[in-house]
Amino acid sequence: MNKDEYKKLVKKHTPREDKLHNTIYAFLIGGFVGFIVEGIIQMLMNMFDLTRVVASTWTCLIVIFSASLFTALGFFDNWMTKAKAGLLLPTTGFAHSVQSSALDYKKEGLITGLGSNFFKLAGSVILYGILSSFILVLLKVIIHG
Amino acid sequence: MTFIWAFIVAGIFCVIGQIILDNTKLTPGHITSIFTVLGAILAFFGLYDKLIELAGGGASTIISNFGYLLYDGAWEGYQASGFLGIFTGMFTKGGAAVVGAVVFAAFFTLFFDPKD
Repeated sequence: MNKDEYKKLVKKHTPREDKLHNTIYAFLIGGFVGFIVEGIIQMLMNMFDLTRVVASTWTCLIVIFSASLFTALGFFDNWMTKAKAGLLLPTTGFAHSVQSSALDYKKEGLITGLGSNFFKLAGSVILYGILSSFILVLLKVIIHG
Repeated sequence: MTFIWAFIVAGIFCVIGQIILDNTKLTPGHITSIFTVLGAILAFFGLYDKLIELAGGGASTIISNFGYLLYDGAWEGYQASGFLGIFTGMFTKGGAAVVGAVVFAAFFTLFFDPKD
């Protein structure tokens, strides 16, 4: 068997993910999360007479709390794999990455394990979020004088 | 109506993320970082405000909202107290998500062990 034939054979047997299926899944699950979050926001606004900003912040915390709890209970990893981007892009993905790296490195000690790996996955979000915001605010200051 | 837009907007964000994930070699870490920066850029052009007005929770649950909150906090900090305000104001709005994630994750880590 020469190289080309081998390549063909490998390509044939590599499991191919159904991209259309993934995309529809991501849309439905992501949309559902957005729908639920809007529901919680409106519920809090009505129940406690809050402004939208305050209700949104509370809802954000509720979502993070639930995602962390579900990750700690062990079944959220499965959901994440199945939902793909549908649960990755909502705040659930952020909470899941913090919680799972915290759990995974727990046994390696409080400082060298938990402490230094806590933001292993979520750190880049915080880093690039801060950097880009800083640069963009400077840009806006320069433009507006 | 906000509910429908919440579904559509959150769904579209996730679809874009999924398409990038499927067709490039970028990892979930890349995707979340890209979308955070995208949120800050949309905030810079004043578009993210409008998106939240339209879709409510659909826009505020996406990770891009974190970039928007950082940018907005920093900008309001600048308006209130000048250059130093960029530094002190950055986390006034976006801090809740980070503190929440840290506190809850640390708390649950005390009581749970990783499952395989």
